[in-house]
Amino acid sequence: MTRPTLTRRAALATGLSAAFLGAGAGARAWAQGARPFADRKLVVVICRGAMDGLSVCPPIGDANYAGLRGAIAIPPDQALKLDETFALHPKLTALYALVQGGQARIAPAVAIPQRIRSHFEAQDMLENGSGQLYGAATGWLNRTLQVVQPRRPIKALSIGAEEPLILHGPVEAESWSPGGRLNPNGDRVTAAVQALYQDDPLLGPALATGLQVQSEANMLNGGKPINGGDAKAFAVTAAKFLTDPNGPSIAVLSLDGFDTHANQGAANGQLANRLAILDGVIAGLQTGLGAQWSQTVIVVATEFGRTAHVNGTGGTDHGTASTVILAGGALKPGGLIGDWPTLQPARLFENRDLAPTLDVRQVFKGVLRDHMGVETAALDTRVFPGSAAVRAVPGLVSA
Amino acid sequence: MTRPDLSFQAAIAASRFGLGARPGEIETAQSDPQGWLIAQIQIEGGDIPQALGGGALPSCQERFALLASCKAAEKAAAQDEAQDEALRKAAFQPLNEGFVDEVMSRFWLGAVTPSPFRERWALFWANHCSVSANKGREVMAVVGAFDREAIRPHMFGRFEDLLIASSQHPAMLLYLDQSQSIGPNSPAGLRRQGAGLNENLGREIMELHSLGADAGYSQADVTEFARALTGWSVAQGNAPPDQQGRFVYRPNIHEPGPRTIFGRQYPPGQQEQAEAALRDFAASPHTAEHIARQLAVHVVADDPPPSLVARLKRGYLDSQGDLAHLARVLITAPEAWESPSAKLKTPYEFLVSSYRAAGIGSSDPHKDVLNPLSGLGHRPYTAPQPNGWSDQASDWGAPDAMVKRLSFAQAFAGAHAPMADPVQVAQAALGARLTPAAYTTIKRAETRQEAFAILLMSPEFQRR
Repeated sequence: MTRPTLTRRAALATGLSAAFLGAGAGARAWAQGARPFADRKLVVVICRGAMDGLSVCPPIGDANYAGLRGAIAIPPDQALKLDETFALHPKLTALYALVQGGQARIAPAVAIPQRIRSHFEAQDMLENGSGQLYGAATGWLNRTLQVVQPRRPIKALSIGAEEPLILHGPVEAESWSPGGRLNPNGDRVTAAVQALYQDDPLLGPALATGLQVQSEANMLNGGKPINGGDAKAFAVTAAKFLTDPNGPSIAVLSLDGFDTHANQGAANGQLANRLAILDGVIAGLQTGLGAQWSQTVIVVATEFGRTAHVNGTGGTDHGTASTVILAGGALKPGGLIGDWPTLQPARLFENRDLAPTLDVRQVFKGVLRDHMGVETAALDTRVFPGSAAVRAVPGLVSA
Repeated sequence: MTRPDLSFQAAIAASRFGLGARPGEIETAQSDPQGWLIAQIQIEGGDIPQALGGGALPSCQERFALLASCKAAEKAAAQDEAQDEALRKAAFQPLNEGFVDEVMSRFWLGAVTPSPFRERWALFWANHCSVSANKGREVMAVVGAFDREAIRPHMFGRFEDLLIASSQHPAMLLYLDQSQSIGPNSPAGLRRQGAGLNENLGREIMELHSLGADAGYSQADVTEFARALTGWSVAQGNAPPDQQGRFVYRPNIHEPGPRTIFGRQYPPGQQEQAEAALRDFAASPHTAEHIARQLAVHVVADDPPPSLVARLKRGYLDSQGDLAHLARVLITAPEAWESPSAKLKTPYEFLVSSYRAAGIGSSDPHKDVLNPLSGLGHRPYTAPQPNGWSDQASDWGAPDAMVKRLSFAQAFAGAHAPMADPVQVAQAALGARLTPAAYTTIKRAETRQEAFAILLMSPEFQRR
C-alpha cells in the first residue's frame, strides 16, 4: 500500500477534510454532528519509575509531612503554596501559574486498581485499563480510538522512539520522535521497501504511517531537525502535530527517571530535575498548542507513588498512591480532586504508603467522558472493561 | 510444520540464533547447523570485548580510578574562577571516552565474531541483569566492566553463580542503590539517625533477575531480603587504594538476626545470608519458568510456543540451572527451528547484522553506531528501566522507528555497500531465507547502494 501523503496535502490545500476523503459522504453528517468533541485534544504524560506525589504537591500543612520526610521534605518557604495544606514543588512554576489561572488541578491520592509494587506490572495495569494484571494486551487509549472511530475520525500519536502499551492495539497510532531524516534521494528505496512490506502486518502499516508523519514534521519545522534535548522546545514541536487540522486528537509521551530510591533531593536535586522537565513539557505543550490550548486536557499519571517515609538512603521506596495532574484550557476551574487521606500513621496503607482515595480510572473516565465524548456504557465495558462500579469523576471539563 | 531442510536451517542458525550472517557464514553452518551452534558453547564463558587498539579494557577498579581522577580535575577546575562551565565539564571527557570505548568494543565484537550465538547469549544475559548508565557517572563508568566481569564469565556456568556475580558487582550495587542500604539495627544503623534500608536491589533481584513478579512473594519477603542484603557494598571513599571500586561486605551495616524469605528460614549470618537466599531463588521452579519464558521470547517469538517454554524450564531444573545445558536444550528444541521468523530485530541487532552483512567492522563511533542507536531509542548500556530492553516487536516497530531504520539503511548503504554483486551479497546474508520478492527487487536495483539498502530493509532481514 502506498500512502496518500501527497494526495492528502493536495486535499488540504483545497480545503477538504481527510475525514471526508477517507470516510465517504455518509460519514459526513455524523462527523459534523459530533462537532462538540471533534476539536478536543488529550495529551497523556506517563511519568515512569513511580513519581513521588508527596514531592509533586507536597502536603506541607499536613502535621505528619515534615516528620515523615525529613531531609527530603520540600521546605515550606520554597514550596509554591496552593492552600493551607498543599503546595507545588518549586520547580513546577509553569504548572503553578496554570493552577492559579484555573487551568490545572491536582488529585493528590490516586492509585491503580490493584495494590502492586512492581514498576512493570503497575505500568502494565495503568496502561492496559482492564483492572487486572495482564488483563488486556491492548491499551485503553487504543480501545478509546476503537470506540470513537465509528462516529468520528480520531487519531493518536505516540511521541518517542518506543510505542507504549497504552496505545497498543488494532488501531494503529502514529509516532514521532526528534531526529529522523530521510535521504532525499532515497525515493526508489522507499518505494521498493514499501512494496516488500505489503504483506507484513506490522512493518507495512508502521513504515507508511512513519513516512507520513515525517513529512509533516519536516513541514512543521521548516525542514530543520528538532532538538530533543530541550524539554520545552521538544513539547512545542510535538504539540504542532496536534494543531494540524487532520492531526491526532490524542498524544502520549513518557518521561522516565522517577525511581528515586536514593538521594531524591528536595527543592533541588534528582527529582527536582525531573520535575523541571515535566514542567517544561507542560509549558511547551501550552505554547505549541496556541489557540487549541482552550480545547486541551493534559493528564499526568504515574504507576504508583513512593513510601511516605524517607528511606535510609535519602530516597523513597515503592509505595501506593501518587498525584495525578490535570492541566489544559478545557478544564473546569476547581480545587483538589478527590479526598486527602492525610498522613496520620493509622491512615497509611500497610503502615508505609499514602493511601489512595481515587482509582486512576475514575479520573481517566471523567476526562474521556466529558472531554472526549466517550459514552459511559463504552467506558464501563470496553475502554475499562468491568468498571461500571468505578464512577467517573464528574465536572472536570465544562460540558 | 516439519523441520526445514539444512540450507534453511543454516539461514535460521545465522539469523535467529546468531547475529545475522557474515559472508561465507551460512556455507560454514550448512553441513550441520545445530552442531555449528553447539560448538560455540564454551565452558569458560563469553568472549571478552577487547579495546579497539588491542589489549584489555580497564577493569571495574581501573574505571573507578579514572572516575576519581576526573572528579579531582573538575574540583581543581572549579576552584579556578577563570575556568568556565565548559572546561569543568571537559574534566569528564576521559570518562565519556571510556564509555564510547566500551560501546564500540562490544559492538565490534558483535560485528566480526565467527561465534555469533555466543555473543547473542551474552547480550541476552546482560539484558536479563540490566544495569544502566542513565543512573549517573558512577554506573556509567562501570557498565562495560559489569558485562565483562559479572556476565560473560558465568554465562555457560551455573545460573546461581551468574546471579551472585551480578548482584555483587559494583555496577549493580550502585545502579539499584544497594551500596547505601543500612540495617536499622546494625551497629552503624543504631548510631546514625535516619539511616536505613533501601529495598530497590532486593525487589528487582526477586522480580526481574530470578523468581519473577508472579511468583507469589509478598512485600514482607522483599523487605526481609533487603535486610539480608545489607552490608553488600562498594569500597569507595577512604577505602585503601587497592580496594577501591571492589565489592565489599560491611558487617557494621548488616541487619542482625534470622530472616524468613519466601517461606524459607535463614539463620543469623553475614554476607552468606543473602547468598543463601540467592541460591534458593536460583533453584526455584519460579526462576526456571521465568528464565525459560524470557529465553523463548528472546529467541523464538514474542508469544512463544508453551511447549518450548516447558522444555526450557525442564532443561533448567534437570541441570540445576546449568546454562550450557540450557543453551543445548534451546539449540536442539524443534520449536526453535519450526517457528516462522517472527522476531523483529532490536535496533542493536539490526545495526550489528548490517555490519555483518557488509562484512566490515564499524568506523566512526558516533556517526556509525551511537547516533543511529540513540535515534532508535537503543543507546547501548542505557536501558530506561531495570527490566532492560524490550523483547517485543510492538515496542521496536513503531512508525517513527521504521522511518529511522530506513534512514539508517540508506546512509549505511551509501557508505558501505559491498563491491560484490548485490544478489550474491543478499544470498550470503540471508541464504535460503531470501524471498523471491526481495530477490527480484534487489536484482532490479539501479545501484549497489540501492540494492544494499533494500536488502537491509527487507522483511526477512528485519526479522529473524
